[in-house]
Amino acid sequence: MASERKTDEVTGTETTGHEWDGIHELDTPLPRWWLWVWWGTIAFSVVYWLLMPAWPGLTGYTKGLLHKSDRVEVGRELSALEVQRGAGAAQLRTASLEQIEKDPKLQAYAQQVGQSVFGDNCATCHGIGGTGGKGYPNLRDDVWLWGGKLEDIQYTITHGVRTGAPGARASQMPAFGRDEMLQPAQIDDLTEYVVHLSGRPADASAVARAAPLFQDQCAACHGAEGKGDPAFGAPNLTDGESLYGDSRTAIRGQIFAGNGGVMPTWNGRLSPETIKALSVYIHANAGGQ
Amino acid sequence: MSAPSTPTASPPAGSGGLLLFSAVGALVAFFCAGLSQDPIFRLQAETFALAGVIAAFFLTAGLSGGTLRDEPDRYSDNVIKAGVIATMFWSAAGLLVGVIIAAQLSWPRIFYFPEAGWLNFGRLRPLHTSAVVFAFGGNALIATSFWVVQRTCKARLAGGIAPWFVFWGYQLFIVLAATGYLMGATQSREYAEPEWYTDLWLTVVWVTYLLVFLGTIWKRKEPHIYVANWFYLAFIVTIALLHLVNNAGLPVGLLNHKSYGVFSGVQDALVQWWYGHNAVGFFLTAGFLAMMYYYVPKRVERPVYSYRLSIVHFWSLIFIYIWAGPHHLHYTALPQWAQTLGMTFSIMLWMPSWGGMINGLMTLSGAWDKLRTDPVVRMMVVSIAFYGMATFEGPVMSIRAVNALSHYTDWTIGHVHSGALGWVGFISFGAVYCMVPWLWKKPAMYSNKLIE
Repeated sequence: MASERKTDEVTGTETTGHEWDGIHELDTPLPRWWLWVWWGTIAFSVVYWLLMPAWPGLTGYTKGLLHKSDRVEVGRELSALEVQRGAGAAQLRTASLEQIEKDPKLQAYAQQVGQSVFGDNCATCHGIGGTGGKGYPNLRDDVWLWGGKLEDIQYTITHGVRTGAPGARASQMPAFGRDEMLQPAQIDDLTEYVVHLSGRPADASAVARAAPLFQDQCAACHGAEGKGDPAFGAPNLTDGESLYGDSRTAIRGQIFAGNGGVMPTWNGRLSPETIKALSVYIHANAGGQ
Repeated sequence: MSAPSTPTASPPAGSGGLLLFSAVGALVAFFCAGLSQDPIFRLQAETFALAGVIAAFFLTAGLSGGTLRDEPDRYSDNVIKAGVIATMFWSAAGLLVGVIIAAQLSWPRIFYFPEAGWLNFGRLRPLHTSAVVFAFGGNALIATSFWVVQRTCKARLAGGIAPWFVFWGYQLFIVLAATGYLMGATQSREYAEPEWYTDLWLTVVWVTYLLVFLGTIWKRKEPHIYVANWFYLAFIVTIALLHLVNNAGLPVGLLNHKSYGVFSGVQDALVQWWYGHNAVGFFLTAGFLAMMYYYVPKRVERPVYSYRLSIVHFWSLIFIYIWAGPHHLHYTALPQWAQTLGMTFSIMLWMPSWGGMINGLMTLSGAWDKLRTDPVVRMMVVSIAFYGMATFEGPVMSIRAVNALSHYTDWTIGHVHSGALGWVGFISFGAVYCMVPWLWKKPAMYSNKLIE
């Protein structure tokens, strides 16, 4: 057991006398520069703690001598932004949607506001270009579940869809299969009928069997001819557009389970003038009504 | 020769118990697979059952054939050999996945496979990070720690069959985690993606690892504990703690792969990055510093530069590191005072980190000529240089004003790679190049030119 201290020939430093598997250790003191830089970083930290929000206590935290606060600064920047946007926002607030759309300057301004708001809030579901996806409506075509007039769009954004908030758009396609309202064979027939409605070749006998069924079960919302009704958010089944897919499997699944998506209520999250700008933006970029 | 150990040599302690555990584990997993309605959980349970069957088969063969023997008067080196091979295998796998996802980023139109969802970037990215950090790095740490703790304690690994359980149990963890990612089983927590049952399994393996390591230190024949073992122990203990807290969650059902964490909102974010940052601190830093503290002085045949520095930087490193996590959440909903503490503790961490760099580099004093002649030494020096750069860059990036520029850019990914590839990779390659001739009793590596 080597426990005697020796002097290392190369450095002239003593070893500690310990040895493990042939490894020794020198008894070199801490490098001065290392120690001083470390003290420096500690001093910097102490000063920083004194100046900035730092240590938590039972009832709060030390606010710091500079009284800096990210939260207050963000609030200040937001109010500055409000002032900067004041004139434009006031114009949007007072003008009607039609006036905004007819005034080229105001329309361009609303387009700009709408585009950035859309990117921040809507693109997550509807896509950056607004072309949507499965379960998320395409906003660039001329198909509208809840109506495509300026006022309709404004209403949908303001109140949302199926959020449970007062005034929100609400409709429920029944889950005919899951809730056992129809037999599997009837659902198969209805599937053929919906395929037939969209103008594609379908099994004629199934279509004939499903015709009275459609009038009983579906026509109340989708209409006798299947053209839908924006008052109930009931999709037009004849236009070849579908939110959840137009394959037979997708149609059967939709009759079976009755999916319905949720769109947030933006009232309270976006200001009324922002929603106006957004409505103008969406209306202008789609086949509006 | 008082105790001849030839024909009646007994198997390692616990072999029979492990056989029983494997068989029962396989049976339970088999029933779970049969009863589960969840295809992902079923496949994972089947993997587990298969592993149990294979383990039981080999244990039975070893026990009945007499090939599974305890050799109490020798170091356990076979498990280290297996560890070295696993290290090299997973490094190749992890780096390959890295190349694939880099190609996906560069040529998204070519390397995009819409019909094979499990090959998407979102699934392959955690596969890459986990394969490199936990499969490659973890195997390197387990293998080297088994070598180092035996040599510096002059004691055989404790626990009979337990080291083999740690090795194979850890491989099973890797396979469960990796196949889970590809199927979409993930907690969506950076570096803690595996789901609840994989977490529980890792806990069993990791606690066994801790007990093997502690048991070996306990029966050491050296009066003092070598610095490398402090670092290994800090790594094992802290990873256990981090793992348990960050993965606290409730499964949707006992036969379902999905679980939800117990934390939510900003507390969840803070716990996650407390974990995430200290996975870097204790897995990728403390563990590999342990490696450096043994293999560098061993290879250059020089004494460690400063014992005092090793004590001071060890304790300051582990004390300060654990505070620095909030710097991952600058300018978020995390209260500003927590951001302040995260940033200042990161700055104070600079010198404690550099203590390791100084001790590593200055150990070469009197042996710098080896840089010209020994490519393995060069590899280690490159590694320590990357360590020094990464642990300087880290505190700089933790400063809020700098972070405002660097966060959400490729700078972060570059920083991680200088740590994980530069430091962790090169020190592990150096250690493997040292150990392979020692383990397989060869005079030297096959070709120094190829190492170059």
